[in-house]
Amino acid sequence: MFVKLLLLFISASLVNNVVLSRFLGLCPFLGVSKKVETAAGMGGAIIFVITLSSLVTGLIYKFILVPSGFTYLQTIVFILVIAAMVQFLEMFLKKNVHSLYEALGVYLPLITTNCAVLGVALDNVQKNYGILEGVIYGFGTAVGFAISIILLASIREKMEYNDIPEAFQGTGIVVVTAGLMAIAFCGFAGVI
Amino acid sequence: MNKPLERLQNGIIKENPTFVLMLGMCPTLAVTTSAINGLGMGLSTTVVLALSNLLISLLRNIIPDRVRMPAYIVVVASLVTVVQFLIQGFVPTLYDALGIYIPLIVVNCIILGRAESYASKNPPIPSLFDGLGMGLGFTCSLTVIGIVREFLGAGTIFDHQVLPLADRAAGKAGYTPISIFIMAPGAFFILAILVAVMKEVRKNMFEKSGKKLAAAQSVLGEDCAVCPFAQSCSGKSILEEQKASAAKPAAGKESDS
Repeated sequence: MFVKLLLLFISASLVNNVVLSRFLGLCPFLGVSKKVETAAGMGGAIIFVITLSSLVTGLIYKFILVPSGFTYLQTIVFILVIAAMVQFLEMFLKKNVHSLYEALGVYLPLITTNCAVLGVALDNVQKNYGILEGVIYGFGTAVGFAISIILLASIREKMEYNDIPEAFQGTGIVVVTAGLMAIAFCGFAGVI
Repeated sequence: MNKPLERLQNGIIKENPTFVLMLGMCPTLAVTTSAINGLGMGLSTTVVLALSNLLISLLRNIIPDRVRMPAYIVVVASLVTVVQFLIQGFVPTLYDALGIYIPLIVVNCIILGRAESYASKNPPIPSLFDGLGMGLGFTCSLTVIGIVREFLGAGTIFDHQVLPLADRAAGKAGYTPISIFIMAPGAFFILAILVAVMKEVRKNMFEKSGKKLAAAQSVLGEDCAVCPFAQSCSGKSILEEQKASAAKPAAGKESDS
């Protein structure tokens, strides 16, 4: 059981990396990766939200949608639940856990419309994961996102001093970098 | 010009969502491993986009301003669910190929973007054609990217073998597929080339005729101020902070000299 969950975690975070091999959550990946600090904040917020949302959507699917036969409403229910949850989370952190809010607060609203969050919730249903498996899968996916955005941000900080062809300055070279990182992550393909 | 026709042309050429506005890049990169997948994804998005534009435009005076985003999301999610079941029922092979990217049409920023910037301010008929135009523009560009990737990565177009493949064992000369183009890294490289080419095109157009192409509306254009989510999203404030901190040292240097 433990080995199975560990393999699930590694496969979700490294082998099938959410940004570099499945292209989910590309907007924050390219947009918020200019500095390592902000990238780490974004990564932390994503880990927090995806882990929590895979738990909540898993519970809702298993105990509300399946018994009542409304499984076809999953897309609508999931996106509304995620949006509402992020709002509540922001209010809750602001009021009760201020230090965490200071660190992650700005990034929370950004995550509502992030396709990685909805993607994980739908994946859990499609792959028939139980609640625990779903949470581990979500956590692994989010850790994979955090790893890749922090790596990209550290590369971008170094890249500021490089001489880049004019057309590729700005976003172009960042996407090339992401492509090279994707090649590196392809190396994990044989691990599992 | 006739309004519906003008909207169609605007979506396909003048404000092509992929090439000009650079919106909706997640599905663009993920499903364009072959031309047929790109075409299927594009057409499903077109259906959702046209109908959601029509419905939102009809409801534009009823939906209160403060809850408009959740209301749009419910409309779009319902349409996506319908389309998902239609694809699952009638084209199961496409359903298997696109997988999770079909329900993820809900969070495609082209759809909410058009709802916010066009359908919520215009009457139903132009909105419907705006959605159709944008959707067809998206379909065309997905198909083109799909053709390029499939051609380079497998030597086929729409599953027809265009280039005869090399066969080392039989000693036959031919094309060795650059399979990286149908894998994930290839998608990033194609996107990088696209971004670079569009940057040059924009610059040249501006220098030659003084006319500007519509600005890119996503992070790829490095300016998300025009993004449909600008109000509810804090990415904008983060970008502004970065800009301000980048401008500060530069301004300091100027005052020194």
